[in-house]
Amino acid sequence: MTNESAEHILSYGKLVTVWVTLLVLTAATIMVTRVELGVWKVWAALAIASIKSGLVIAFFMHMKYEPRLFRIILFVALFTLAGFIGGTFFDVLYR
Amino acid sequence: MSQETATAEGGFWSDSGKTGIGSWIFSTDHKRIGLMYLYCVLSFFMVGVLLGVLIRLELIAPGPTIVTAQTYNALFTVHGVVMIFLFIIPGIPASFGNLVLPIQLGARDVAFPRVNLFSWWLYVIGAVIVLVSLFTGGGAPDTGWTFYVPFSARTTTNVSLAVFGVFILGFSSILTGINFVTTIHRMRAPGMNWTRIPLFTWSLYATAWVQILATPIIAITLLLVVTERILGLGLFDPSRGGDPIMFQHMFWIYSHPAVYIMILPGMGVISDIIPVFSRKPIFGYKMIAFSSLAIAAAGSAVWGHHMYTSGMSDLGVMVFSFLTFLVAIPSAIKVFNWVSTMYKGSISLEAPMLFALSFILLFSIGGLSGLILGAASTDIHVHDTHFVVGHFHYVMFGGTGFAFFAAAHYWLPKYFGRRYEEKPAIIGWVLMFIGFNVLYFTMQVLGMEGMPRRYYDYLPEFARLNLVATVGSWIMVAGILIVLWNLWRGLLKGEPFTGNPWGGATLEWSIPTPPPTENFEEDPVVTHGPYDFKGAGVP
Ligand code: HEM
Ligand SMILES: [Cu+2]
Repeated sequence: MTNESAEHILSYGKLVTVWVTLLVLTAATIMVTRVELGVWKVWAALAIASIKSGLVIAFFMHMKYEPRLFRIILFVALFTLAGFIGGTFFDVLYR
Repeated sequence: MSQETATAEGGFWSDSGKTGIGSWIFSTDHKRIGLMYLYCVLSFFMVGVLLGVLIRLELIAPGPTIVTAQTYNALFTVHGVVMIFLFIIPGIPASFGNLVLPIQLGARDVAFPRVNLFSWWLYVIGAVIVLVSLFTGGGAPDTGWTFYVPFSARTTTNVSLAVFGVFILGFSSILTGINFVTTIHRMRAPGMNWTRIPLFTWSLYATAWVQILATPIIAITLLLVVTERILGLGLFDPSRGGDPIMFQHMFWIYSHPAVYIMILPGMGVISDIIPVFSRKPIFGYKMIAFSSLAIAAAGSAVWGHHMYTSGMSDLGVMVFSFLTFLVAIPSAIKVFNWVSTMYKGSISLEAPMLFALSFILLFSIGGLSGLILGAASTDIHVHDTHFVVGHFHYVMFGGTGFAFFAAAHYWLPKYFGRRYEEKPAIIGWVLMFIGFNVLYFTMQVLGMEGMPRRYYDYLPEFARLNLVATVGSWIMVAGILIVLWNLWRGLLKGEPFTGNPWGGATLEWSIPTPPPTENFEEDPVVTHGPYDFKGAGVP
C-alpha cells in the first residue's frame, strides 16, 4: 500500500501518445497484409502484435513502473508461453 | 464432519468458539480449508480405488467378465479423471500444503485467505459437475482421461460437461498456486530467508509456478473441444480441416508439467521426513531446493515425449527425446541426496519413514521406466501398452500416493492432537507395498509382451499375468483399507499426541498441538535452518 509506484499516475498526454501509436500499428498490421511478403507475413504480423502488447503492458498495465520482481515474474510467464508456442511450431514446421 | 469436531479438541478446532458446518465451509482458516480438501480428496481417492478394482476385475480373465465393453471404457475414463484431477493434482498441495505451508513460513495464514476458500469452492463445484456428467446426457465419458480428438469431438457420451468440470477444477488449481507463490514471497517471518524455507514448502513453490503457468493451457484446450463439439468448428477434427496433433500438443503442454504438479510436492514431503527420521540434517539442501525449480523448468519443455507415435515430425521426436533425458538429472539429484542424508544416520523406521523409503524405491523404478519411454526408439514398441500404465502408476501412486500417506502419518497427528497405532500402520504399509508391486510390475511385464492398454479383451497368452495383477490389486486395497481405518480411528480416538515426538526442527513442531487458529501466539523470529536439529533444541 505504501508502495509509491501504486500512486504513479500517467499524464493524459502520455496515454494519448501510446494510444495513437497503437492505432498506427493497427493500421500497419492491415497494411502488411497487402504487401507480398510470403512466409514473412506471419513474422511481420507477430512482430507488430508483440510491440503493441509490449506497449499495453508497459504503460496501460503500469509494468514499466512496478518493482523489478514483478517484471521478472512477467517475463518468466512470457518466456514460458513463447517456449510452448515455439515447441509446437517446431513440430509443425518440420512435419 | 461433525463427528470430527466432536472428538478432536483444542486449538483451531474450538478456540474460535464457532461450531457447525458453517464454521467449516465458510472458514478462511488455512487449516480448516486444508482438512476440507483432505476429506474431499480422500473420498474421491476411494471412488477411484473402487473403479480401479472394477477395471482389474474385468481383466481377471479374457472375454467379457463383469461389464460390457462400453461400461469398461467409461470405467477407465472415470477412474483416470477422478484420480488425476480430483485426487492426485490437488492431493498434496491443497490438503497438506494448506495445512503446513503457512506455519512452516511462520505466517498466520496464506496471503489471500478468502481466495483460498474460493478455490476450495471451485474444487467442489468442478467435482460436482464432473460427477453429474457421469449420469446425465449421453452417459459417462468414454474417451480416456486424455480426451483425445477426434474421438472426443465425435462421441455421443457426455464429454462436454465432464470437460467443463475439469475446466473449473483448473481454476481452483491456479488460485491455490497464486496464493502459495504470494505467501512465500510476502509472508515469511523475520529470519525466514530463502535458504531457511523447509524443502516441502520449496517444492510447493516450484509446483505453484507450474500450476499458474501451465493450467491455463488445458483450460483453453478443453474449451476448444467443447466449442468443436457444440458449434462444429473444425479445430482438431481432420475431417473438418482441423489438426488432431495440435490437440495432443496442447493437452500435453499442460499434462506433462502436471505430472510435476503431482510429484514435486511428494518429493517435498520426503525431503522433510527423511532428515527427521534419520536424525541428520538434509544432505545438499540447496541442490534439492534448486532441483525442484529445475524440474519445473525442464519439465515444461518435454511434453512431446507423449507423442512419438502421433505423426509428429521426426526432428521433433528427436528433440523432445533429448530434452526428456535432461529431466532425469534433477530427479536423480534428489534421490542421491535423500540416500546421502540417511547414510550413517540414526534411522528410526516408523510409519512415515517406511512410506518415505518405499517412495524412493518405487519412484526410482517409475523414473527409470520413464527413461525407457523417453527414448523414442524403445518407446515406439511399448507406447500404448500396459508398460506405460505400469510406469505412471509407479511414479504417481508409488511416488505421490505413498508420499501422501507418508504426509498423513507424519503431519495429521499434529493437527488432530491424537495418534494412530503403529502396528496396524505397518501391517497396512506392508500389504500396500507388496500388492502394489504385484499389480504394477506385472503390468510392466505384460506391456513388454505386447498387451495394449485400454482394451476390454486380450489374447489367451496374457491370461495368467492378468490374474496375478488382479490378485495384487486385492492385496493392495486390503492394505489401503487398513491404513485408512487405522488413521481414522487413531486420529479421532487414539492416544494424545503432544509436543514434538518425531523431533522435527521446522516451525510447525514449535507451536501447540493442535495449532491455535492464529498458529503462533507471538510472531516467530526464525534463528535456525529447517533441519538444524541442534539449533531447534531437539535431542
Ligand atoms: C522421471 C522422469 C520421467 C520420464 C523420463 C517420463 C517419461 C514418460 C514418457 C516418455 C511417457 C509416454 C509413454 C507413452 O505414452 O508411450 C510417459 C507417460 C506417462 N508418465 Fe512419465 N516420465 C517421468 C516421470 C513421471 C512422473 C513423475 C509422473 C507422475 C507423477 C509421470 C506420469 C506419467 C503419466 C500419467 C503417463 C501416461 C499418460 C497417458 O498416456 O495416459 N511420469 N512418461
Ligand atoms: Cu510426460
